[in-house]
Amino acid sequence: MQEFLQYIFSGITNGAVYAVIALGFSMLYGSTGLINFAQGEFVMIGALSLISLWKGVNLPLPLAFAGAVAITAIAGAMLERFAIRSVKKPHPIVLVIITVGASILLRGVGMLVWGKDSHGSPSFSDHAPYDILGATLLPQSLWILVLTLGVVLGLHIFHKRFLTGRAMLACAISTKAAGIVGIPTEKMVLLAFSMSAAMGGIGGVLIAPLSMSSFDMGMNLGLKGFCAAMIGGLGSSWGAVVGGLLLGVLEALGVGFLSSGLKDAAAFVLLLLILYFRPSGLLGTASVQRF
Amino acid sequence: MLRVRDLKCRYGTVPAINGISLEINAGELVALVGANGAGKSTLLQAVCGFVPDWEGDIAFEKESLYSLRPAQIVRKGISLVPEGRLLFPPLSVKENLELGAYVRYRRREHKEVAEDLETVLDLFPILKQRAKQPAGTLSGGEQQMLAIGRALMARPRLLLLDEPCMGLAPLLVLVILETLAQLRARGITILLVEQNARAALGAADRGYVIENGTIAIEGPARDLLLNKSVTQAYLGKECRV
Repeated sequence: MQEFLQYIFSGITNGAVYAVIALGFSMLYGSTGLINFAQGEFVMIGALSLISLWKGVNLPLPLAFAGAVAITAIAGAMLERFAIRSVKKPHPIVLVIITVGASILLRGVGMLVWGKDSHGSPSFSDHAPYDILGATLLPQSLWILVLTLGVVLGLHIFHKRFLTGRAMLACAISTKAAGIVGIPTEKMVLLAFSMSAAMGGIGGVLIAPLSMSSFDMGMNLGLKGFCAAMIGGLGSSWGAVVGGLLLGVLEALGVGFLSSGLKDAAAFVLLLLILYFRPSGLLGTASVQRF
Repeated sequence: MLRVRDLKCRYGTVPAINGISLEINAGELVALVGANGAGKSTLLQAVCGFVPDWEGDIAFEKESLYSLRPAQIVRKGISLVPEGRLLFPPLSVKENLELGAYVRYRRREHKEVAEDLETVLDLFPILKQRAKQPAGTLSGGEQQMLAIGRALMARPRLLLLDEPCMGLAPLLVLVILETLAQLRARGITILLVEQNARAALGAADRGYVIENGTIAIEGPARDLLLNKSVTQAYLGKECRV
């Protein structure tokens, strides 16, 4: 029981990070119909920027957090402005390939800026771990859960209550209809890219204290986030959360009860099962086939 | 108010509009009629900024609209009720109307928008009953009313309508045309594009007949309704005014 609970804690912690990354995928897909395969690289930029700003420049944690997220948001905006928007005839497959190229480029930039070494980050707070029914819950896990919940709720409120959020939703429903009512659709795409990159950045910031961060960490985390988004249903915020948590927990249980070598396999087996039995994801309603 | 001079548009190598000139004066209701594929919708799309490359000149209140984006054109006071309505189906009727006022919310006209929302809901009482219902669940006629209401929420000076009567029951066509007459009486200038030439010319002050991307005939709507070639081509032989 104690062991089981420990796996669940660890699964929920990782799952919450996957959920934030998935939220970035899902939000961008919802607004633009695009999958951004550079999302994982934004996680890397977020994690390494946090470490540089917090431990390197010695900024206070909240400022370093905000700075790291801002840097990823700017990187996302630049990807849209200088790569995506310049495509004359934006067929989705061309744009997706551009994001794959961008991911390779960003990984290279990450290696130049932060080097090939791994960097560690301390926890957000130095509380002692909590003991719950014999299992250990790290304070960082609570931070991750609370911040993930905050991001999801924040996004929900943004879409429901703010004019810009509603305009973004309108673009997601129909770009042409949004243009007809006077919504500047290009600005909305730019905003969607930079917000989804920021979500990746937040994922990176949250995961930095849990594991070592390096320039090539993005690939794996990006794929996990993508799996989580697909499992939950692309385009659905709550789907991203459910997908992320489910993936995290199953992964942890797989590691605990089967073999640690099967950690990554769990994600992809789950993805295949979902794609086979419920292609639109657990909470997805729309068809995922938009091409 | 709107002056189009020698407009030419093409889709790839296929010409859609071949030198159209027309003029709409403030306060007029002008009908643009013609067969399917004649270039009517393309003209509206060009005015609203959805056709990137056109030649000639489109000027609204003496300012050229060349290279302006759709959102900038809405801000100038031109609103489109598009063919097929293009509503936001999952959003409620009220949310659709509010999004219609997007450019005015950006100008912080919250109070005036709230007043206009009431005015539009009074103009279409059925929308008031369905204010909280998703737009996608409305009937065709109700959706058309919502599309017109949404365009009005931007408080346009020039309202462009693309086939608003398409697929509607004859009684609803009358309701829509009656509404347009009311709007014109309130000082909104209207350009009505229709395949239903009789209905459109019956409601309009002036009309243009468009054929193969050019203006074939123009004149007062009443004259066009009596014009032999127009009646034979678009109205059927038994037209009586």
